[in-house]
Amino acid sequence: MITVESLTKTYGAFRAVDDVTFTARPGRVTGFLGPNGAGKSTSMRVMVGLTPPTSGTTTVCGRRFADLPNPGREVGVLLDASAQHAGRTGREILTIAQRTMGLPKGRVDEMIAQVSLTPSEAERRVRNYSLGMRQRLGIATALLGDPEVLILDEPANGLDPAGIRWMRDLLRGYADQGGTVLLSSHLLHEIEVVADDLVVIGNGRIVAQGTKAELLASAGTLVRTRDVPGMSAALTTAGVEHTLSAAAGGADALRVEADAELVGSIALDARIALLELRAAEGAGLEDMFLEITADDQRETLTQGAAA
Amino acid sequence: MSTTATTTVTPPDAPRAPRPVPDPVPFGRLVSVELRKCFDTRAGFWLMASIGIAALLATGAVLLWAPDSELTYSTFATAIGFPMTVILPMVAVLSVTSEWSQRSGLTTFTLLPHRGRVVAAKAAVVVGISLASMALAMAIGAVGTIAGSAIAGVDPVWDLTTVDALNITLAQTIGMLVGFMLGATIRHSAGAIVGYFVYSFVLPGLTEVLAQTQQWFGDLRPWVDVNYAQSALFNGSLDATQWANLGVTLAVWLVAPMAVGLWALMRSEVK
Repeated sequence: MITVESLTKTYGAFRAVDDVTFTARPGRVTGFLGPNGAGKSTSMRVMVGLTPPTSGTTTVCGRRFADLPNPGREVGVLLDASAQHAGRTGREILTIAQRTMGLPKGRVDEMIAQVSLTPSEAERRVRNYSLGMRQRLGIATALLGDPEVLILDEPANGLDPAGIRWMRDLLRGYADQGGTVLLSSHLLHEIEVVADDLVVIGNGRIVAQGTKAELLASAGTLVRTRDVPGMSAALTTAGVEHTLSAAAGGADALRVEADAELVGSIALDARIALLELRAAEGAGLEDMFLEITADDQRETLTQGAAA
Repeated sequence: MSTTATTTVTPPDAPRAPRPVPDPVPFGRLVSVELRKCFDTRAGFWLMASIGIAALLATGAVLLWAPDSELTYSTFATAIGFPMTVILPMVAVLSVTSEWSQRSGLTTFTLLPHRGRVVAAKAAVVVGISLASMALAMAIGAVGTIAGSAIAGVDPVWDLTTVDALNITLAQTIGMLVGFMLGATIRHSAGAIVGYFVYSFVLPGLTEVLAQTQQWFGDLRPWVDVNYAQSALFNGSLDATQWANLGVTLAVWLVAPMAVGLWALMRSEVK
């Protein structure tokens, strides 16, 4: 269990994390979703005591992180797979963690096997590791102490498709056994597959949170056509609310607050040919996500221009 | 805290069987891990090995080139001690800065959120290495003295008193702590190493020039120049004033910056 209450972190006038409150529950995978620079990593660093918060509190397993007697045995953390001494071998990095936590020696080999690093790869120095191998090593370090809680920052980064699948199954299994998993990502689809709960953050603020089912609940209908203005006019005439949607990947889609049958008949009456007509599952979330991503990018641009 | 679901039906939480709270990490374990971290990279291993290698080279050089009358224990001790005054502080610098420069601190300080304990363990390792290196230097020096006297056909001269040896050990340990202080304050490997060379090799040259040209500074120097005050440790026993000089300069040049560096280190963000 992880609780975050009214967490705020400011750097000068910049609010990196702004009044963030959420709970990651045991037995569930909580996805922490937001564009780059939204405050995910900062929040996670505060949770594990690497960054002091400006205000607010975080607890893990019911305690402040600093009050955990042997944190590695209770919380597995992977914040940045590249943050390792490049001159150490993978096995040595695990051995240091194993000795710090006071675990039996055999645990290192078990972990190397579990994350599918070969013994010869484990003897290599980390400077020669690919990003995917570093991620596997980081996961091994996080799992070493058999913790109840996992905090992982973009763990799928650099993994190949098979690796992503492996990671997904691993986290699912972990949560199914009663573990608490918090993982961050800037990719909606990646996190949609594995998460039970979602916390969406943009510009340091939470913009949506809830179970995946709630957030992805069918929000109307998605309709694609080459005649977007005509379709929009027809929908307006019929008194149906609709917005332009980027969720289908182009500028030719509308998200409509009505079921597919009504939208189809409106299109028929207006003699407009449709390319696609379907329930807009998750399109609302995706639009919202694209919107905060775009906001974020504009922010960066203006900040850069002002600097 | 209650987390029962309110709006949606969720599968019942399946908490694991409550587990015993693990024991805190004992300090001895931290020290052994930190010691291991000094040796477990190629750079670290060879830096440590170079302490012994330099001692052997220095002994060999004395045997080859020193006149027979100079083949005394203190000659060997001085020759062996000099490279150590450079190498040991590097060990101390890197033991602290690598957590930042190599970013391994992200893991270290997550596994051990009490940074003070980690830093204390590192300090214990640094002082331990200093003492072990001095013991090694004394031993190699003794072998050199015996070998030198045998080759030259003279009686071995043991002209280093226990007080001398302790003073030299103290000086080496202070040097290491200076490296440790610079590491903790600067927290960047290259920067701290440059800082050490400025502190120990550039500043003494400047104060020397200043002391020779400015009478007032020459009088004041023992009270402000830490390297000058420390050099007394290499030249036999100290009188009360010299101890006072050492204490005052160390308070200003070592203890105060160490306090500031540690204070910043405790509160800094580890990225």
